[in-house]
Amino acid sequence: MSLAPSLERPPQSQDYLWTLNFGPQHPATHTTLRIVLELDGERVVNAIPDIGYLHSGFEKIGEKLDYNQYVTVTDRMNYISPMANNVAWHHAVETLLGIELTPRCKYIRTIICELARISDHLLSTGAMGLDTGAFTFFLYAFYQREVIYDIFETLCGARFTNSYTRVGGVMHDITPQVIEKIRRFVKTFPATIDDLEKLLNRNRIFVDRTRQVGVLTKEEATNWSATGPVARASGVTRDLRKDEPYLAYADFDFQVCCATAGDCFARYYVRMAEMRESLRIIQQAIENLPSGPANIGVDERTTLPSKAQVYQTIEGTITHFELVMLNRGFTVPSEESYAAIEAPNGELGFYVVGDGSDVAYRARCRPPSFIHFSLFPKLIRGHTLSDVVAVLGSLNIIAAELDR
Amino acid sequence: MLDALKTRLGDAALSEFRGQSRAIVPRDDLASTMQWLKDDQGFDLLVDVTCVDYLSYRDAEHRFGLVYLLANTATNERLTIRVYLDEPDLAVPSMCDLWCGANWLEREVFDMFGIEFRGHPNLKRILMPEAFVAHPLRKDYPLQGRGERHNFPVLTREQA
Repeated sequence: MSLAPSLERPPQSQDYLWTLNFGPQHPATHTTLRIVLELDGERVVNAIPDIGYLHSGFEKIGEKLDYNQYVTVTDRMNYISPMANNVAWHHAVETLLGIELTPRCKYIRTIICELARISDHLLSTGAMGLDTGAFTFFLYAFYQREVIYDIFETLCGARFTNSYTRVGGVMHDITPQVIEKIRRFVKTFPATIDDLEKLLNRNRIFVDRTRQVGVLTKEEATNWSATGPVARASGVTRDLRKDEPYLAYADFDFQVCCATAGDCFARYYVRMAEMRESLRIIQQAIENLPSGPANIGVDERTTLPSKAQVYQTIEGTITHFELVMLNRGFTVPSEESYAAIEAPNGELGFYVVGDGSDVAYRARCRPPSFIHFSLFPKLIRGHTLSDVVAVLGSLNIIAAELDR
Repeated sequence: MLDALKTRLGDAALSEFRGQSRAIVPRDDLASTMQWLKDDQGFDLLVDVTCVDYLSYRDAEHRFGLVYLLANTATNERLTIRVYLDEPDLAVPSMCDLWCGANWLEREVFDMFGIEFRGHPNLKRILMPEAFVAHPLRKDYPLQGRGERHNFPVLTREQA
């Protein structure tokens, strides 16, 4: 929480500039972040982001909670796509422990990741529409988010903070009711995307407010460490789902959506296109869902066995005992590793250091929002005050992930 | 890429874990190595900069391990560069000239661990308040803090 030295300017040189305080409590910031804007009339000369209002020490907490408990904290990082955070965290932990998942678990995680991507993109494009004056678009998008919440509720009992994954598996297997709900969603959702695109793609007001605003070139995107839709809207083709296929992504036929303009409209457009591709992945995954167990077996001693196994088999009892006793748990190498997934917002990775105990020695999160927000002053410079919300919306800044 | 790295840094500096290549770079060579990795080896994306405090880590020889995660967007190679630092000299050259994205990442490491990045354009705290004195992610900083929150000054409307 500090201001850059440019605020301490010599008194006479630029004294026609206005300083405007935007946030930390402002409806258009959506979350708690603050920007100090220097204005020349309506033109933004400089923007100084001031963050840290929501800093809650998530990485410090990661050094106290064990590998399964910490998943509840990852829910609260990017809270508009918590499922993707759950998967990212346990993907990193399983990389450190060297655990290979069952095919069914990989498919389930792929499906929930893609549902999380759709729900994230609905919110980010919806909120961007809302800020630029398209309220109907926002309502259409939020109605479909409710449908996804219903699917998650049937899947794991929680609508918002799901905490669905576990080391070596998931909380419990996917049920036929969930499959039926997802099938219905896959069938009905394309009509909503059509409606959404009809509302905004050729909407004069929206296009005028987002075209050529906040332009990021391809070279700049890579140099500023941008990933995800923000980078792909600038022509970067990097997508971890294709480039480093994790989970079951290698099995599916889908496209990486890119644009070249690099402006706010391109970022909106890439997100809309990605929703269609996500839907294709979900459709392929749900129709080809492998049978078999969702969690890895009791012999591996990483996931809690089912109650039937605990009460009826000696292996189940021993595994349960081993995992629950404080001085047992699973064996962790004294090593460090980094693993990332293509989260809705960009590359979301965790650098996990293990020290032999079942609590991480260091749990570093690579937050895409944090890195994208550092681009903000560069993108807004030279544009008008009303463009601030368009750029902010197109970057999809989630303050809980920004400050952690 | 690995062969070039081996000839440059020596065999002992390289290691691999779960298919991830890692290299330990002495602090004095960091700037030139990173320049070489970016310009000649094509590591154009700085994925992350972070740090690990090895204060209570078993068999650790150094206090801090600075971690740079690099990626090559053309070949999809990844590389982890680690630099070990010991007190009292916790200064490394800043990477802001090579990657603009390093700016905030280095500020966060400075804020959380107190590592000084020489040549950084604006090395200030980013998440913690300016008046904060400690570095919270160090292992000698307690989880519940040292009473900063408890003793936070309360301003009344008259004082404000």
